[in-house]
Amino acid sequence: MDKKSKKSEKILDTALLLFSKNGFYATTIPDIAKAMEMSVGNIYNYFSSKEKLAKEIIKYSSDILGEEIKKVNEQECSSKEKIREIVALYFDMASSKPQHINYFLRVYLANKEVFKEGCEGMLCVSAFVTELMIFFEEGVAKGELRNQDFFSAFGLFMGYLGGFVFLNGEGVLTKNLNDYVDEIALNIYNALKQS
Amino acid sequence: MTHKEKSSIIWLQGLTCNGNSHSFLNYPSMESFSSSFTILFHPLLLGDVSFDEILESNETFDFLILEGALTRDSTLLQRFNYPFSEILDRLASRAKYIICAGSCASFGGIFRLRDETKISGALFNGKRKGGYWSEKKNVVNIPGCPLHPQWLVETLLLLKKDEKILLDEFLRPKEIFSYLVHHGCLRNEYFEWKVDSKQLGEKEGCLFYEHGCQGPMTHSNCNKILWNSVSSKTRAGSPCLGCTEFDFPKKALFETHTNMSLPQTPFGISKRAYYSLAGIAKSFKIERLERKLIDEDN
Repeated sequence: MDKKSKKSEKILDTALLLFSKNGFYATTIPDIAKAMEMSVGNIYNYFSSKEKLAKEIIKYSSDILGEEIKKVNEQECSSKEKIREIVALYFDMASSKPQHINYFLRVYLANKEVFKEGCEGMLCVSAFVTELMIFFEEGVAKGELRNQDFFSAFGLFMGYLGGFVFLNGEGVLTKNLNDYVDEIALNIYNALKQS
Repeated sequence: MTHKEKSSIIWLQGLTCNGNSHSFLNYPSMESFSSSFTILFHPLLLGDVSFDEILESNETFDFLILEGALTRDSTLLQRFNYPFSEILDRLASRAKYIICAGSCASFGGIFRLRDETKISGALFNGKRKGGYWSEKKNVVNIPGCPLHPQWLVETLLLLKKDEKILLDEFLRPKEIFSYLVHHGCLRNEYFEWKVDSKQLGEKEGCLFYEHGCQGPMTHSNCNKILWNSVSSKTRAGSPCLGCTEFDFPKKALFETHTNMSLPQTPFGISKRAYYSLAGIAKSFKIERLERKLIDEDN
């Protein structure tokens, strides 16, 4: 990775932290510049607007999560085991790097007006959604998962995980997020498995 | 056989619907064909000699064209009171080339579905190698349901001229079957933007997503040379049924089989590449492609 790409990625990481913590509107480019110890003008050399930066961040996050799920997809194991691994990596990411999931839930989903041009439909989250498509398609092809509408299955899987991370963020769960992995993975498998 | 002499053809039918014969008889330049080939026997045409005379002769000939699925079971198939296998084995030993005309002779086709242990193509049983014969060097498969008459005639002409014909792994001439039906389909723009046809027969929309079109995974030049020189299934608004492939016919031909709403990916395209691109294309609504091509209201 060249020097400029490295710097871009650092800006993405820093902005991701600030946006996910303080929200899109409450975070300014001067805030990001200050955290980066860069001039405001120099930030604009990398990202021409706050909106463009926000769109790049969701792609960046989706790529990271997609890459992790890709590793699971490439394993030779059952759909049941893969569900457990995906739940585990999602919760692990929510615990160790909560900014990614928080950004998705609190910035991307909550401020659609920022993303409506340039992030239409699945455009900015395609890396992550594509991996789930592959996971579902292969599960059905192997006879392990019930054939149904993609979004019915996708909503059940990701809605459940997103909702649970949200509850965790609200501080209402009685246990650590990782302690729920087995139970939640089993619930998802039971809901999706071939009967 | 010298290039100027007429080449001789014997056309033999196994288990068949006559479809390839009818397709061949629609060849528009039959006069020109007849100047290069002579048909010693065809079940639908009157010939100069009886079938018994042909069978009893020891003379070699150029092309044995097989139409229909093949079997060694004489309870399933006899011709002229002979077990079919006896006729086929005798004629095959005298033929320079054996041409499997259509999907049934090539892979077993629809008849094979009745009993795969007894009914097959000449050298293939569906995808599996080993059909009526386990091996033979002089066989060319020209699948299709039916085959296009031009495919047959151009193959015969090339072989008559002793030209080398490159064959794919299913012994199909590459010149014809390296193309996909998708190539030249007028609906490609709708395929790119994932806009499906609302109903069969309309000019607009792609038939891949709901109507079972096999064009992106079927090897054939249907949309390059066209049928009757004017059209093709997909141009007319009907899905490609994949009739040149070893697994023809699949079931529910007019429905797209999906796993979790995801269709089979086009030939040679990885799931990751195809789903990424499809997901992105589907994120946009292209209004021009949602409208009728010819707007009758304006």
